[in-house]
This record gives sequence, C-alpha cells and structure tokens, in this order.
Amino acid sequence: MTADRGLPGAGIEQLEGMAAGPLGPPPANPPTAAAAGLAARPLGSWARFRHHMPLAALIVQRLGLSVVLLWAVSVVIFLGIEALPGDFAQTYLGQSATPQAVANIRAELGLDRPAVTRYVEWLGGALQFDFGKSWASGASVTQQIALRLGNTLFLAFWAALVSVPLAVGLGMLAVHYRNRLPDRLINVVSLGAISLPEFFVGYILILFIAVQGGWVTFPSTVYAGMSFGQRLEAIVLPGATLVLVVLAHMMRMTRAAILNVMSSAYIETAELKGLDTLRIIARHAAPNALAPIITVVALNLAYLVVGVVVVEVVFVYPGMGQYMVDAVTVRDMPVVQACGLIFAAVYILLNMTADILSILANPRLRHPR
Amino acid sequence: MDSYLKYLSREAAFGRLGRREFLGRAAALGLTLPAATTLLSSSLLAAGPQKGGHLKLGLEGGASTDVLDPAKCTSQVCFVVMRNWGDTLIEAHPTSGEPVPALAESWEASPDAKVWTFKIRKGVQFHNGKEMTVDDVVATLKRHSDEASQSGALGIMKSVGEVKADGDSIVVSLPEGNADLPLLLSDYHLVIQPGGGVDDPNAGIGTGPYKVASFEPGVRITFEKNPNDWRSDRGYVDSVELVVINDATARTAALSSGQVHFINRVDPKTVDLLKRAPHIAIENTSARGHYVFIMHCDKEPFSNNDLRLALKYAMDRETMVEKILRGYGKVGNDFPINETYALFPRDIEQRSYDPDKAAFHFKKSGHSGSVLLRTSEVAFPGAVDAAVLYQESAKKAGIEIEIKREPGDGYWSNVWNAQPFCTSYWGGRPTQDQMYTTAYYSKADWNDTKFLRPDFDKLLLEARAELDQSKRESMYREMAIMVRDEGGLILPMFNDFINAVTNKVQGYVHDVGNDMSNGYIATRVWLTA
Repeated sequence: MTADRGLPGAGIEQLEGMAAGPLGPPPANPPTAAAAGLAARPLGSWARFRHHMPLAALIVQRLGLSVVLLWAVSVVIFLGIEALPGDFAQTYLGQSATPQAVANIRAELGLDRPAVTRYVEWLGGALQFDFGKSWASGASVTQQIALRLGNTLFLAFWAALVSVPLAVGLGMLAVHYRNRLPDRLINVVSLGAISLPEFFVGYILILFIAVQGGWVTFPSTVYAGMSFGQRLEAIVLPGATLVLVVLAHMMRMTRAAILNVMSSAYIETAELKGLDTLRIIARHAAPNALAPIITVVALNLAYLVVGVVVVEVVFVYPGMGQYMVDAVTVRDMPVVQACGLIFAAVYILLNMTADILSILANPRLRHPR
Repeated sequence: MDSYLKYLSREAAFGRLGRREFLGRAAALGLTLPAATTLLSSSLLAAGPQKGGHLKLGLEGGASTDVLDPAKCTSQVCFVVMRNWGDTLIEAHPTSGEPVPALAESWEASPDAKVWTFKIRKGVQFHNGKEMTVDDVVATLKRHSDEASQSGALGIMKSVGEVKADGDSIVVSLPEGNADLPLLLSDYHLVIQPGGGVDDPNAGIGTGPYKVASFEPGVRITFEKNPNDWRSDRGYVDSVELVVINDATARTAALSSGQVHFINRVDPKTVDLLKRAPHIAIENTSARGHYVFIMHCDKEPFSNNDLRLALKYAMDRETMVEKILRGYGKVGNDFPINETYALFPRDIEQRSYDPDKAAFHFKKSGHSGSVLLRTSEVAFPGAVDAAVLYQESAKKAGIEIEIKREPGDGYWSNVWNAQPFCTSYWGGRPTQDQMYTTAYYSKADWNDTKFLRPDFDKLLLEARAELDQSKRESMYREMAIMVRDEGGLILPMFNDFINAVTNKVQGYVHDVGNDMSNGYIATRVWLTA
C-alpha cells in the first residue's frame, strides 16, 4: 500500500484499485464497470437519466445498493445472535434461571415464536425507525442510542479534526524532505504508533499523563450535565490515543500518493520551471493524488466511529461500542441490531462519500467513455 | 515514648500521617507490627466518623443493561447501588454473620420454626416522604415470591408460604421449618419499596441513606444524602458518585491518580505493585467464595471413595493459596464452609498434602492409568495454572493427571455439572443451610459433585428446622465431615475479596457477607480532609 510506484499512467489506476479494495462488496466494483452493468439493462428512462446526469445516477445507484447491503447486514446480525449459545432469557437470568422463569421471559418477549416471524416483525418496526425497547432494561433503544452515538461522534469528530490535517500535513512534509531526516523521523514515529496496540498506547498515556503527571482527568467518563469544556478535557486522552492510532495510516498513504504523482513528467516540468518544492506539492501534486487520500481518510473516519470499543473500555468512555458489547453479552437483540445497523450505515456512507469524492476529483472517472 | 505514640495515633487518626508512615514510625519505637496496627485502628475509631465530602467509587461489574429494579439486580454495581438507596428487613452482622435488626426491629419464631413474626420499625420515611407501612413490606415480599417478577431472590422466596400483615408486624408462614429465615430475608434483592415496587419497580425509592440523584446505567450513578435517614450511624459522606470501570488497569489507574477513592476486584497478580503506592491501602476480606476441583461421586472411576480420597490428599493447598491467590485467601478443608459462617464446626482436622496417603488410597482404589481433569480459564482466575500445579503435586504421589483445556464459551453448560472431573468455583451463601441445599442436597440441580446421600439429606432438613443452636452446630459438623471424607469435592482454597482504598477513606468495615463490605461500602466509610 505504501510502495512508491513509478509509472505515472499506471499509478492512478493502481491507486484507484487499492482505494476500492477495502470498501466492501458493492463499491469493490470499479465505478465504471458497475455503471456499465446497469446501463446494459433495457431500462429506458434510467438509461436516459444516467446519460444526462451520470453523477446523480451514480449516487442514486449507490444509495440503492447501500439499502440492500444494510438489509443483508441486519440478516447476518440476526442469524449471528440466533447462532450464539443460549438465548436472551437464559443468559439474562444466569444462575437464577428456573425453567418457569425462562419460559415466562420467552413468552413475554415472544421468543417462543419462529425466528422468521420475529425477524419480519423487527424489520417492520425498523422500517418505521422504531427499534423497539431493550429487552434487558426496558428502555427505548432509540433514546439510549441517541446518547451513546452523540458521545461516539463527539470523540470521533475531535479526533478527526486533529488527525486528518495533521496526517495530510505531515505527509506533505515527508514528501518535501523525502529520504532525509524529517521524513525518516515522521515515518519511524508514525510506524511506531501504529505498531503498538491501541490499548497499550492508551495505558502509556494514562500512566504518564494522568497518573504521574496528573494533568488531565481520568477516567474519561462523560455524563449529562457536563459543560462543553469539561467534555473536551475528558476526551483529551482517548482523543490523543485515536489520533496516534489513525495518523500513520493516513500520513503514509498521503506520502505514497503524492510521491506517485511526483514522478510524473508535468511535475518534472514544474521543477525545471524553478517552482519551489512545497508549492509544487501543494498546488500541483496533491490535487492529483486526492482520490486515494480521500479513500484512506474515509476509512479512518469510519474506524473512528465503529472501531473504538477497545479505546472506550480503556478510557471508560461511554460510547456506542461499549453499549453494543454489553448488549451482545446478554443477547439483547433489539440493541445489537440497532447498533449494528448504525455502524454498518456509517461505514457504508463514509465509503460511498469517499467513492463519489474520488470520482469528482478525477475528471477521467467523472466522464467515463 | 507513650505520649509520642499517642501523638502519632492522633495524627494518623486525623489523616495527617499516612497509615504506612505511622506503622513505620511506631516500628522505630520498637512496637511490633500487629500491635501498631491495632493501636492505629483503635485510635481511628476513637476519633469517630467525620461527616461530609464527596465519595467516588470506581467499580467493575456494571453494564448498560443494569436497572434499578431490585428483583433484577445481578451485577456488582447494582448491588452497591441498591445498598445505598434501600434497606432490607434484616442485615447480617459483618463479622459473626448473625442476623441483626434493620427495618424489622425484632422477630420471633414458633417452636417448629414454621411461623415467624417480624415487628416492623415505625417512623421510617421513604425518599418520597411517605411513611413506610407494614403493607409496603408485605407487598415487597409478595412481589419477589411471584414468578413473573423474575426476581433473583425467587429461589429463597419459593420456600416462603404466606406473608400477611398483623398490626405492626408481618407474619411469614413456611410449609417447612427454617431456622435461617431472618438471614434469608437479608438477601440484597429484598429491598423494601413503597407499595412493594409493583407500580414502578425502577423508581429507586427506598429508605436508604442515599437518594439516587442520577442513573446512567453502565456509566455513572450519583447519590445525595437522604436528610431523613432513620439511622445516624451510617451515610457519613454528603454525596456518592459511582463510576463504572470494567477494565482492571483503568480501575487501578483511576485509584492511583486519586480520581476515585475506592476500587473493587483488584487483580491478585498486580496487588503487590499497587500496595507499594504510599497513598493506597489494600483491604482484603476473608470470604466464602471458593475455587474447587469437583468429581462426580456417581461416575466411574470417581464412584470409588478411595480414589476420591487419593485425589484429595494429592492436593497441595498451601501452594495453591500462595501461587494462585498470591496469599489473598485461606486453605480449604474439602467442605464448602469456613469460619466466616455462623455455626462453623471448628474442630475438624485440616487435611494437608500427603503424597504417601494419596499413594496408599490410590493403590487401594485399584485404579490404573491417568485421571482426566477438565479445566478452563473461565472456571476461576488462574484455573489452568492451578490444574498444572495439581498435576505436579499429584505426580509426586504416583498419580498421573491428564489435563484437558476446554473452551471458555460453553464451559458452564458443557463441562461443569456434566463432565465427571473439572475445575469450578462457588460464591458464598448467607447460611450453611443455603450452601448445602444449593450444591449438596441430592435433589438440587446444582449438585455438581453428584453427592447423593439420603442420610445427608435427612440431616440437612432436620438442621434447617432446628432452633437449638448447639444441636444445630453438631449437625452441621456431622454434615461437613460427610462431605469432607466421602464427597466429591476437593476444595483447596477460599479466595479473599480484594479491594483498595486511598488514605482519605476511613472506617472500612471488613464484612464476611459479600464483596465491598457486603455492598455497604459507601454507607459505612467516611472521608478525611
């Protein structure tokens, strides 16, 4: 992924291929191929719409695929929970489970009915944005998730706000000082940060900054009634951990993508014209390297939302990941489903946005022949 | 020297001198460590509790699925939460385990222990300002006896026949006599709620020393002082904040950095490191929970009592306590009761590691080949290591033990109570009767050693209804010897509850009943400035 490719022509396609790689099934088809596949169908009005507004057609098509994908995710989650040993009634009652009590709970929640019926009923509710009530606590899932999702997005937002500009900036700096000391330093430090597991980075920060330094509060629990400033202070450590974890990936991708472009002929021309390197990187190279950078940024943004359960546990931060894990432990299906769908939606949406932005950034993809 | 010691004690009592520092200086004066510790605790108690302050607890065992409904409380966090806002009719004494009055002032039983009358305290207010009545008590107990309530105390309440109000008292009638009924009513689920909590089980309204101020399940729960508390000997701090910290390292860090005053479930592996911090004290309490190796008495080859005895003698208990519990526990004697239970039979000889006896019984059993032991990390912390230690000590007696490591997922349904020889654990029970009834009564579902003895069952039922304590004690002694010498239980160790506090926390009460000072941690301690 970080290999500095030489050939300029092959470069774009190569990077595009890489960018599409981790996007999940539908975006994995290169956009042109997917569009061509649909165009081949005898759909008169659709073809015309596609012809006149290729971009809008693409977005509509992607949105449609996303809905299908979300549905598939909900089926997989449902089957997954069904396959786990022990149902909600048994796990919830634990040691105090008597056959009568288990039967009571099953009857109350309708767990004694066939799985298909239960799934269809749940789907019916979900289609009307009614995710039901948590089986374990009886609280409204939507309400609980609103709280938790807010916390997760708050942390992700600030982590992204720091890490994305930092990563892109450092990437450009690394290209500027390519193969010299600053480049090597940036590379070694960021590689080091990404090689350490995130809980370890977290523990190190806790030990030195919270326990020995006493500079920030720990645990990073946020709760109702906290002021904005207090919340910001609370997320300093988890935010820093997340920045360290996602920084290297984006930075190295930026560096690789720009280096790729830097070897093309027009950059050489710019250099021969006597432009200074930083200006070449920022004005001429970076715009042409946007597509892969956008993709890797999107992937990392998605990670900041859906993949931070470990950081949440280490820093005692009440986010979505922790909520979902709690629910899985007692097989609380409505909560797991809702969390799973939100995670999937965030992931799909961010990837789709990245795809569309990459196309917008690349005229050759914007106007496919 | 005496006056200097007094000065030191006073300084320590007011928190100006750390506990460790006090002990160090006292030792310099030639005082032995136990003597200095006693002196320190007596002067601390003499200084009396200080009021005020904001107590912060960092606890493991909370999840977003937690609720305030006492019937559905299972987690450690819920347990402490409930102790803060609610009261039971009866409490268990922290050291003797005997029943002591709480919302019930006094009680008496009929001679056959079948009809019990509890006099309910008057003038106690709920947090909502309503006065507690006998009807509230009856409604509470009835709710927990109802299958539909899904109460954790259902197992206890099933043995209760009828509950009714009678003037200032309630009358409980049992189908069979039970001398332990008062202790059973001290079960933490049986918190008295207005109207029994039938209308709104999750209201969190009770008679306890603290009112629930905010409740974010799995995150944070806060409490404020109940100004109308009916008791003056508890609830010293003004407010309590409980933060759920399920990660052991995070918990330790929160305590070390002074962000919380108390943490539970300190990992025995790191407790010695934590102890080194000057402002932290470890509070470990002898407890009833135990780690066990269990054999099915009704299955080959364990149906042979000589083989069972051989395997019991092959267990090196001291090494287990030292290596697996790091000294935070006590050796067991192959019956599930220790000195923390009321009526503990004290004079039963301690079984110790004896390779010769083990070899003798092994030979007598006629068993040849190895013995298969199943284990898993989920059986208890360090279970796999314990199995390997056991393998080594048994090898010296010429017994070959084959260890099979089972997956953690499904261990409790596929291995425990199903396979003939495995590792497991038991939490304690409030009474000996409860412990034996749960796991050694022939009809019990969880009789995990398949101990099927009509004479034991008979003794158990007789002891349950026996109100004469000395007679009862001798019955329990006989039962303990039966389990120890003929049962399928190898009990190498009782594990301590290990908690840690900062030096600001005073008055920690070691309670044998359950972890975290039997859940009363926040209501019993006070903070020094």
